[in-house]
Amino acid sequence: MTQSAQAAMVETAPLLDGTPGVIADWSSDQRAFKKTPWGKAMMWIFLLSDTFIFSCFLISYGTIRMSTTIPWPNPSEVFALTIAGNHVPLLLIAIMTFVLITSSGTMALAVNFGYRKNKMVTFWLLLATALLGALFVGMQAFEWTKLIVEEGVRPWGNPMGAPQFGAIFFMVTGFHGTHVSIGVLFLAIMAVKVIRGKMDREEPGFMTGRKQDYGMVEVMGLYWHFVDLVWVFIFAVFYLW
Amino acid sequence: MSSTEGQQHPLGIYFQIWILLFVLSGASYAVDYFAFQGYLRWFLIIVFMMLKAGLIVSVFMHMIWERQALVYAIIVPPLLLLVFVGIGTLEGDYTYLTRDIFFGGAE
Repeated sequence: MTQSAQAAMVETAPLLDGTPGVIADWSSDQRAFKKTPWGKAMMWIFLLSDTFIFSCFLISYGTIRMSTTIPWPNPSEVFALTIAGNHVPLLLIAIMTFVLITSSGTMALAVNFGYRKNKMVTFWLLLATALLGALFVGMQAFEWTKLIVEEGVRPWGNPMGAPQFGAIFFMVTGFHGTHVSIGVLFLAIMAVKVIRGKMDREEPGFMTGRKQDYGMVEVMGLYWHFVDLVWVFIFAVFYLW
Repeated sequence: MSSTEGQQHPLGIYFQIWILLFVLSGASYAVDYFAFQGYLRWFLIIVFMMLKAGLIVSVFMHMIWERQALVYAIIVPPLLLLVFVGIGTLEGDYTYLTRDIFFGGAE
């Protein structure tokens, strides 16, 4: 169908008024993202908005760190661990980074085995991803506890240097940790859906009533990889800088 | 699988990227462990960060296999953030200067 014919069809169709009209008008446009299921397109657009939120945090962090006349606490020292008498800088954070990357790998494999319709392997990979995510959150809780109880870091001050350190640290890592926690929850839900065979039977979803398929695992994967992606940036500019 | 176009790729590429991500993470940790300082440190941190981000987005998130319309819709808007980074830098420097003048010298 040519463009003019399409336009003519749109114009001759009866127009609705009120709220149904709003919905009909907005949904009458042609599809921009060909061959992309709308769930995936929407997840990408959500992640784009999330990118801006995290960027706002990290840019404010940069601005704050540049503008303080009191020295910034050295993250390498603050997050160091003493293992068997050895002082290792940033050890916990490095382990957390590896845990998250491992979970990203298992997630990528879960998506792949999902499209192969291999129910069992997809289930176990999703579960492994969720457990690694939970491990990450657990280590973060340990890190926060150590910082608050032992080091005396508060959002309004700390004994090591610039008082803004605590505020921006709890803000950024807290927001990221929340994302991980929500991800773990949804990974668990997705794993249960897979093992129950909802994707194989294309059962209607609980919330949406739409047919479920293994494309959902990929959309879940996009969210999870994004969480890993954000950590890459936090690790670089907050912990290593 | 009525309408869904699945992203189906050989497993090998995932394992390769996975290993690369591990190596790059190890490298960025090494930057701190061996306590590189100054411009070398910042350069290495940024390079490893961008490489890791690129690998995750392009392969794990399947961006290299998506249609260009989607790729541009997602990748182009964040480029505006560079302007924001520039504004933040100017503002940070300016605030530092005024604090330095009005609240006594930097320690």
